[in-house]
Amino acid sequence: MKRMTEGVTEGASPVAPPLPAASPPGGVTASPGRVAGGPGPGGAAPGRKSRRGRAGWAPWIYLAPALVVIGGLLVYPVYQLGLISFLEYTQAQVSGGEPTTFQGFGNYATLFGDEQFWQVLLATVVFAAACVVATLAVGCALAVLLTRVRALPRLALMLAALGAWATPAITGSTVWLFLFDPDFGPVNRMLGLGDHSWTYGRYSAFALVLLEVVWCSFPFVMVTVYAGIRAVPGEVLEAAALDGASQWRIWRSVLAPMLRPILVVVTIQSVIWDFKVFTQIYVMTNGGGIAGQNLVLNVYAYQKAFASSQYSLGSAIGVVMLLILLAVTLVYLRLLRRQGEEL
Amino acid sequence: MSALSSVKSLRLLRFPTRLRVRRPWRLAAEASALLIAAVVAFPLYWMVLSAFKPAGEIESTEARPWTLTPSLDSFRRVFGQQEFGRYFVNSLLVAVTVVIVSALIAFLAATAVTRFRFRFRTTLLIMFLIAQMVPIEALTIPLFFLMRDFGQLNTLGSLILPHIAFSLPFAIWMLRGFVKAVPEALEEAAYIDGASRARFLWQILFPLVFPGLVATSVFSFISTWNDFLFAKSFIISDTSQSTLPMALLVFYNPDKPDWGGVMAASTVMTIPVLVFFVLVQRRLVSGLGGAVKD
Repeated sequence: MKRMTEGVTEGASPVAPPLPAASPPGGVTASPGRVAGGPGPGGAAPGRKSRRGRAGWAPWIYLAPALVVIGGLLVYPVYQLGLISFLEYTQAQVSGGEPTTFQGFGNYATLFGDEQFWQVLLATVVFAAACVVATLAVGCALAVLLTRVRALPRLALMLAALGAWATPAITGSTVWLFLFDPDFGPVNRMLGLGDHSWTYGRYSAFALVLLEVVWCSFPFVMVTVYAGIRAVPGEVLEAAALDGASQWRIWRSVLAPMLRPILVVVTIQSVIWDFKVFTQIYVMTNGGGIAGQNLVLNVYAYQKAFASSQYSLGSAIGVVMLLILLAVTLVYLRLLRRQGEEL
Repeated sequence: MSALSSVKSLRLLRFPTRLRVRRPWRLAAEASALLIAAVVAFPLYWMVLSAFKPAGEIESTEARPWTLTPSLDSFRRVFGQQEFGRYFVNSLLVAVTVVIVSALIAFLAATAVTRFRFRFRTTLLIMFLIAQMVPIEALTIPLFFLMRDFGQLNTLGSLILPHIAFSLPFAIWMLRGFVKAVPEALEEAAYIDGASRARFLWQILFPLVFPGLVATSVFSFISTWNDFLFAKSFIISDTSQSTLPMALLVFYNPDKPDWGGVMAASTVMTIPVLVFFVLVQRRLVSGLGGAVKD
């Protein structure tokens, strides 16, 4: 426990100057070496020249294992996914009973002509947006709260958050289901709701999944933003407070702009995670809810492919997801570029 | 050295970030922090509590937040039914293999993209970034066929291989910062002292980057440990190769779940991740803060 305190406070304490240098998952942010003005390889231009001479094949040898694995097990499957989405691919083709036939955009036409697809797409976007907003709001609010309290409450909140973070999605899902169980769950008892079923209604089921998603994903935002706030020099906040700025005003006009790089990273990361939510929906709504009312794209693709053996339709849904996420990634890259980030 | 001293002076200048908050406000903030901590921790508390409750108390409409007669019945059921121990070992085997292999491969790749300048370097980095966005669930379909063609279905390899591939892009991104932070002068000095490139890589760079590797490995460990989609899709007939999430779902029958069993299995599944988190949280938080101090 002692180590924990030290770790949390000390680890988060910044070495970096005003603009917080965080590199959270997927984060592309200033590298510590460069920001600290140290002789990091990314920093000094002169050192670069000498190395360019002797680079040769060496980097490619170092990269070889990664490229082989990623190429074979990620790029190739993505290519195949695209390919299958243009073919007629059902159980008959899988077992070799019938030859695969090229469908062109036939699968996509089927998909886009299906009303359920649009319904699921809308549900996915709205659900992901709600999750992102809720996660960011809770994470940022608690990060600010962490800077306002003494060590003990901070440790308590940190520990609880790390616990939620560490909980595997599947156990988190079953535990939250149990908490809201109509017969034996404590929540209905506490709220006096009788045997109200949370998973029966479409919106209450989505709300329940949202609670679980926020619970397990806010800690990442909280810890990252907290580390960022700690990196903001005290004088700045002190000055704002002396000028009579309110808490909200300080957050909006001082902290938020300074934390922008970090906020961009956690937002994009949350968008990507929440858009791809699978386990929670699959487990908590039992594979997509009553009559598929709680389907999101990811689960929808899986159900199409593996439950009804329409592999090509499932692949087409996968391709649609991929394209949407690619668009998000491009926005992300643009934002990074605008911040003048060197890759 | 100049970097070090400038960091130090920055630190001296810095105030505690906490603002002087008036007393009643601070007490209110602390009370709410404790309350929120309790709410956040509640699901985990309830999970462990329910795992220890005797069957009669779980299936009671009282839902008391304590138990006076803890029992190990649920755990016995979990470890007795099915080959739970075996699933546990399988899960651990898969996760540990993925963590080690992907850490080593990512270390080499991160070194390449940070210590060398070469053509396509930036393109490659962007590719790694884009690769992170790929929804792995969507790839279940082509991966299923790939594993079938390689005869890997129903083996642990069908879980290990894809997870290595999926954890690599992110691991490389995250490690970049750690490798960059190692001063270049160190590399020059090593070569001047006659160290070979391999010697520098494994005996100097590797130990220095190790904390970063640990922070990174948390993410690959979690995603591998959590996976149930691949386990569900690729391990179809040979249940002896199954992993923990599948064993958990055995107890979870949507119509009439065995809550005691589910909670006990969930507890068993959560504990290794918690242990791992507590062990590496220091590295994790500093890794997220981007501060490499060692």
